[in-house]
Amino acid sequence: MVIEMHPPGAPAVKTGRLRAWFYKRFPIEEFISDQLTGYYAPKNFNFWYYFGVLSLVVLALQLFTGIFLTMFYKVGEATSFNSVEFIMREIDYGWLIRYLHSTGASAFFVVVYLHMFRALLYGSYKTPRELLWIIGMFVYLALMAEAFLGYVLPWGNMSYWAAQVIVNVFGTIPGIGPGLVEWIRGDYGIADATLNRFFALHVVAVPLGLLLLVMLHLIALRRTGSSNPDGIEIKDHLGPDGHPIDGIPFHPYYTVKDTVGIGVFLVMFAIVVFFVPTFGGYFLEPANFEPANPLSTPPEITPSWYLTPYYAILRGIPNQRLGALLLLLAIVAYFFLPWLDCSPVKSMRYKGWLSKTFLTLFVISFFGLMYAGLHPPDPVYVLVGRVCTALYFAYFVLMPWYTRMERVKPVPDRLRFHAHAV
Amino acid sequence: MADTGVIAEDDFVDESRRKLLLAATAATGAMGAAFAAAPFLASWMPSERAQALGAPAELDLAKLEPGQMTVTVWRKQPIYVVHRTPEMVASLGNHRALLKDPDSKDSEQPPYAANGMRSRTAAYLVLIGTCTHLGCLPKARFEPRDPEIGPYWPGGWLCPCHGSRFDLAGRVFEGSPASVNLRVPPYAFAGPHKLVIGVDAA
Amino acid sequence: MLFDSSMARRFAAAAAAGGLAVFLASSVLAQGTGAQAPAGSTPGAKPEAFGADWESWRAGNSVADLASLQRGARDFLNYCNGCHSLQYMRYSRIGQDLQIPPELLQKYLVPTSKKATDYIGTPMPGEDAVRWFGKQPPDLSLMARERGTDYIYRFLTTFYVDPSRSTGANNLQLPATAMPDVLSELEGLKRAVFRTETKDGTQEQVFDHFEMVAEGSLTREQYDGFVRDIVNFLDYVGEPAQAHRRALGVWVVLFLLVFTWLAWLLKKEYWKDVH
Repeated sequence: MVIEMHPPGAPAVKTGRLRAWFYKRFPIEEFISDQLTGYYAPKNFNFWYYFGVLSLVVLALQLFTGIFLTMFYKVGEATSFNSVEFIMREIDYGWLIRYLHSTGASAFFVVVYLHMFRALLYGSYKTPRELLWIIGMFVYLALMAEAFLGYVLPWGNMSYWAAQVIVNVFGTIPGIGPGLVEWIRGDYGIADATLNRFFALHVVAVPLGLLLLVMLHLIALRRTGSSNPDGIEIKDHLGPDGHPIDGIPFHPYYTVKDTVGIGVFLVMFAIVVFFVPTFGGYFLEPANFEPANPLSTPPEITPSWYLTPYYAILRGIPNQRLGALLLLLAIVAYFFLPWLDCSPVKSMRYKGWLSKTFLTLFVISFFGLMYAGLHPPDPVYVLVGRVCTALYFAYFVLMPWYTRMERVKPVPDRLRFHAHAV
Repeated sequence: MADTGVIAEDDFVDESRRKLLLAATAATGAMGAAFAAAPFLASWMPSERAQALGAPAELDLAKLEPGQMTVTVWRKQPIYVVHRTPEMVASLGNHRALLKDPDSKDSEQPPYAANGMRSRTAAYLVLIGTCTHLGCLPKARFEPRDPEIGPYWPGGWLCPCHGSRFDLAGRVFEGSPASVNLRVPPYAFAGPHKLVIGVDAA
Repeated sequence: MLFDSSMARRFAAAAAAGGLAVFLASSVLAQGTGAQAPAGSTPGAKPEAFGADWESWRAGNSVADLASLQRGARDFLNYCNGCHSLQYMRYSRIGQDLQIPPELLQKYLVPTSKKATDYIGTPMPGEDAVRWFGKQPPDLSLMARERGTDYIYRFLTTFYVDPSRSTGANNLQLPATAMPDVLSELEGLKRAVFRTETKDGTQEQVFDHFEMVAEGSLTREQYDGFVRDIVNFLDYVGEPAQAHRRALGVWVVLFLLVFTWLAWLLKKEYWKDVH
């Protein structure tokens, strides 16, 4: 069914006989007019606004390639590793499906981190979008769980030891810790039972949860409408037709713009998939080309790059329990952002120099933590990790103070927009 | 500056250019989707392992007595190999009128089996032992005039599932639910008693 | 010159025995009892020092070099397969990718007891290997992806004579390796010269350079080429689809660039509306 592109305001679709039969029985016409042609989004979206739709694209890609991998993968201590090599070598284009899925996992985090950064930059978590942000944080948690579970499935040596280390973190919970760890594992060490249940969770449970959360995320967005780089609520200024004057219909303007964004993303994605799928050992670790060996720890156990910032925080504290607590706080802190941010303005464009400085330091600390977490616990890296941990938490802990204290710029009444040259 | 973020009535909109660009982009996108689908569809083809296991099967016929049948497997299918006696071969010409496809015009066999005997040599018959009706394994009934089947019976196979009957060249009898003769796989002889199933030349 | 497979197996078994013979010979040479000077050097002259920069040696291989891969396949099956399996590779796949006709594959590379479609195993018996070497020689299908081609190159080029070990050999890349210097017939024998360095008050032995003590049947360049071919082959074995992957990638990226350009023209056209 082709969506015809008419100037907005014109009737949405022409009705043929077959279409009329369908529309009487299914609310597709309303869906199109409510969610696409009738959904007005701010006209000043910039680069940072591509990453929501790109997240959807990567989600679809992971689901699709994941389904195909499940057709050939054989879960089990004795068969998992071999079946992955079977896919790489003996299934036609199995190598491509595998690389799409492994690159997609990392791409998902690149895109999601940039998507979250947009929120930090433009205050997208502030009222009335707090729930949107919180649902988004649950999506992030589900994504981290999904990535961790999926990484264990190839049953390489890094899969095994990463599972060992991360499951052991749960052992630090006072009282129930050790019992909890055994319950998660289903055995006295990471074993076949663990692998099997991780498979079920990774293939069925968490994807269903992710899909549900993403839907809730989009529904919440639909209610509040998108924010924008200026942080102004476009619904405050409605035109004579009842639509925001600084808004444009999502379809065709953002469908067409997002297509370009998707194209650019796919070009970069394809370059990685086809030319550097291991990405220097960051997307596919060398240690994972060796089967799981409970008697041989790889020289450096690190989680995948997208989890190393939290790993660095955990490792920086000499006390295991405190380290785990701090890791938890590092993630929980995000949930409180809407209330930590006491600034009268939403967007970094109008906030004062203190906010800008702390955000910059936060970004630096995030990369610093990532860098430190990727390396062995030599003194240099531990120091970097600790300094960055302090900066990381400073961003959150001091936020109520610096957002209230600083002088903000006056927020304009209408959106700042320059007609697109490009 | 216009009050609305979108076109006012007096802005010129080049509709034909939009249609063209939309068509071009959509067509390229559709092509891309087709190309992208190809590897996924290809992944369902038999894997290298399946192909290796589906490699030609060899059979030593030295021990196969005249009048005997043996069953082997090729590409997961049962293969019937019969060492026909001269009487069995002679009986093949007597019941053309009772057959649905006596010249094997509608049936599946390699060119060297598109003859009255449906085989390369008179002595050995090689068939895929799968009933061409719905796929059961027909049972051997080599005794002529078998009382359960009828006085016309020259010997052959009777399928237990729905009653299809085939003669000693695998040709289907009238009155059978099956409509074509039993299929002949590609095969060749690598020696007087060495059968290779799955290739046309050995 | 192609060895056929049965001859290769006999040779590989002899290599282990040869290693022992070499050990005996090397212990004689190390004692300096009038050993012959390495060919090409004048009697009494100091042997050429090399290898001080071994840590920066690179494999520099190209899996696009089909001839090199063919030589590597032949050499691996002749010299390495006696102990090391390639459990994920089929002979027939090598034939396909490396463009070796089935007759040549069957004649020279596939053992007589095996079919072309079989996976490449090894005749080395597992339990015996543990007794003889202390551990089973690892499967090498993924070694290039695990440790990298540079590692394998350096491993095969830094064996040296070491009378203190049961195999008579040691290795710079993997010290105390369980693998004997099975390629010494080709490479020759070399010894490692160490120098003493003081670090933090303690004295330690640091590798300085190699010196050849016995010539092999190949010159240094020939042996180097031999090793590079094998490393190249192992790189291919680690990911047989890599050539196809890169070739396909060019077309995919070009197509996506065209699509993105068209989408961008479409976007520009529509966004003329927005002021």
